[in-house]
Amino acid sequence: MQSFAMPSRRRFLEGTAGLAGLAATSAWPSRKARAQGLTVGFIYVGPKDDFGYNQAHAEGAAAVKAMAGVTVVEEENVAETVDVQQTMESMINFDGASLLFPTSFGYFDPHILGVAPRYPDLRFQHCGGLWSEGVHPANVGSYFGYIGMGQYLNGVAAGHATRTKRLGFVAAKPIPQVLLNINAFLLGARSVDPEITCQVVFTGEWSLAVKEAEATNALADQGADVVTCHVDGPKVVLETAARRNCFICGYHADQTALAPEKYLTGAEWNWATVYTAMVETTLAGGTIDNFVRGGLAEGFIKMSPLGPAVPDAGRKQFEATRDAMLAGDFPLLQGPLADNAGNPIVAAGEALLETDVALESMDYLVEGVLGSTS
Amino acid sequence: MAGQLTFDAVATGQGADTRAWLARRAEAVVLPVGALIVGLVAFGGFLLAVGKSPLDFYALVHTGAFGSGFAWQNTLSRTAPLLFAALCVAIPARLGLVVIGGEGAIVLGGVATGALAAQIAGVPGVLGVPLLALAGALAGGLWLGAVGALRHYRGVNETISSLLLAYIAIALMNHLVEGPLRDPASLNKPSTAPLDAALRVGDLPGLAVHWGLGVGIIACIAAWLLIERTTWGFAARMTGGNVRAAQVQGLPVGWLIVGFTALGGAMAGLAGMFEVTAVHGSANASLAAGYGFTGILIAFLARHNPLAIIPVAILLAGFEASSGLVQRRMDLPQATTMVLQGFVFIAILASEALYGRLKPFTPERWRQR
Repeated sequence: MQSFAMPSRRRFLEGTAGLAGLAATSAWPSRKARAQGLTVGFIYVGPKDDFGYNQAHAEGAAAVKAMAGVTVVEEENVAETVDVQQTMESMINFDGASLLFPTSFGYFDPHILGVAPRYPDLRFQHCGGLWSEGVHPANVGSYFGYIGMGQYLNGVAAGHATRTKRLGFVAAKPIPQVLLNINAFLLGARSVDPEITCQVVFTGEWSLAVKEAEATNALADQGADVVTCHVDGPKVVLETAARRNCFICGYHADQTALAPEKYLTGAEWNWATVYTAMVETTLAGGTIDNFVRGGLAEGFIKMSPLGPAVPDAGRKQFEATRDAMLAGDFPLLQGPLADNAGNPIVAAGEALLETDVALESMDYLVEGVLGSTS
Repeated sequence: MAGQLTFDAVATGQGADTRAWLARRAEAVVLPVGALIVGLVAFGGFLLAVGKSPLDFYALVHTGAFGSGFAWQNTLSRTAPLLFAALCVAIPARLGLVVIGGEGAIVLGGVATGALAAQIAGVPGVLGVPLLALAGALAGGLWLGAVGALRHYRGVNETISSLLLAYIAIALMNHLVEGPLRDPASLNKPSTAPLDAALRVGDLPGLAVHWGLGVGIIACIAAWLLIERTTWGFAARMTGGNVRAAQVQGLPVGWLIVGFTALGGAMAGLAGMFEVTAVHGSANASLAAGYGFTGILIAFLARHNPLAIIPVAILLAGFEASSGLVQRRMDLPQATTMVLQGFVFIAILASEALYGRLKPFTPERWRQR
């Protein structure tokens, strides 16, 4: 900030040197000149240091940046409008990008679907898992991770840390992905103690700091002592909760630094694994699968290191549950299970695995979650 | 202010003293352009202060916004909603009203379009698209017409009420697209049902830019004709100059206020309609993209002259078109474009104080010679 008010001499010289430099290089390298290596474009819907969704993707992009023969171009705060369509085309036309990662869920339809057919030789990889064969262009791919399993593990840690047996969840919108996370968080906690409940508050927006803080305070007022969330940037929720003396579980990225003493663990995306693998495939001349999914075992998601507040018993159960997930076929919803209005969801003796497609149209909160989807 | 300008023009134009008339006219061009340049130069100083080259920056703006066919397409495809959003501010401004809640009318115009489109699936485009335009314009017009009515009948400040209503409109949109109007198939991004292909608005011939641009430019010209060449516009400008005087003259001030705010709202509603029919293909939360707020800046830059809105909107769209390139090449955050807009806006506001105070622009000075 200081430098804004009073430029140091060095900065001023740098700036004026730039003026002179420009005269020499008035034309930027054209698409051809830049296209020697592979240029990969990453597009984020929010700031790439948001401690959340976008930071998780930017960390993946940073891993790609470190690879040989690859140039990475990035753009943040790109809206899900004509803005993202033009950003994709700008990266293609000005930077020679041939592999694009427009990372926000809302970029898919109509934006990626509109631009991709115009560039059949280039590749568009979208995060969200929406691609279907025969319906969508062949040069579009879709990938996603079973992050709900991470929220289940968050719940296990939370179940051991809570004293009031009341958890809190600040959620953006009542859509299937979010509902799955809420339900998984509670079910993880209930695997520790079936009396635990979880209060959920929906803010209605992906990024709305004031409401997120209000919701967190309301949860703390109601006696919740472990709080997690599903919003784009968990920073406000987690900092507010820690200040209210609640334990916190992270989401999207590692948020240990926000409150190391209060941080139990966190469900993190591990896009570095996914992105480096996809770029390696492209560099080797191969084609990325159009539809890719994975969980803990495939390295799509990971957990933050357990914090000091998790007791030994919690640590053991956390590790045991994680190992069970790594072994595969983990039953996320086990019967008998009803939603919080009493309607049966899973019959006794039956189970829905983490990979079950039925989970992707989830429109209920399971019993024990206090709150409503509408 | 604006009314006075034209009185001079009429009086002196007939008096054959064209130099005085020109001086007045030149002021309206030179001052905003000068303020724009001052803002750009001041922003250059800001860039120097953070160790970046202003020339690099402006060269990139040129490359990214106007330097090639693709750059122009990028710029123009962002222009359409800005034209409508700026008209939403400029039209009521001629009555002396500062309406800044165009964003609300845009999202509701979009929602109305999405809602009607779901009902008239199967109707041919020739009939369906105008119906959708009507729905969008009506929704936006009613929303901001209410602001005008509150202003005239209850004395509620239109600036505050339109801004607050914008937040209510966005909440209402979220409620509608996530509730009653939601297409059950839109799982993780709640939206209205996708539009029929026949109801989608396509591109202008030979361009990768949708029809919203063409209609927006026509709307700007029509708004200029309305304000400068009709008795309605004359009455509005007179009311903007002095409400009491207008009332004494027997002008229907209430109707003018409600009518012009509603017309502004209808323009913003059309922006929402084109976003849904030409860009998104359904109504959802992406409608609240901030066009309504950029429109305020454009209208002030254009001094609420609908014709001036066209180049100014293209310029601002160009700033936004190039912001990605600036971000990637100069490692400047996206907020840079916002800072630039801030500098320009402050320069424009400051320049307002100079009207009538600069000697070369005073008609009296030229008449005396």
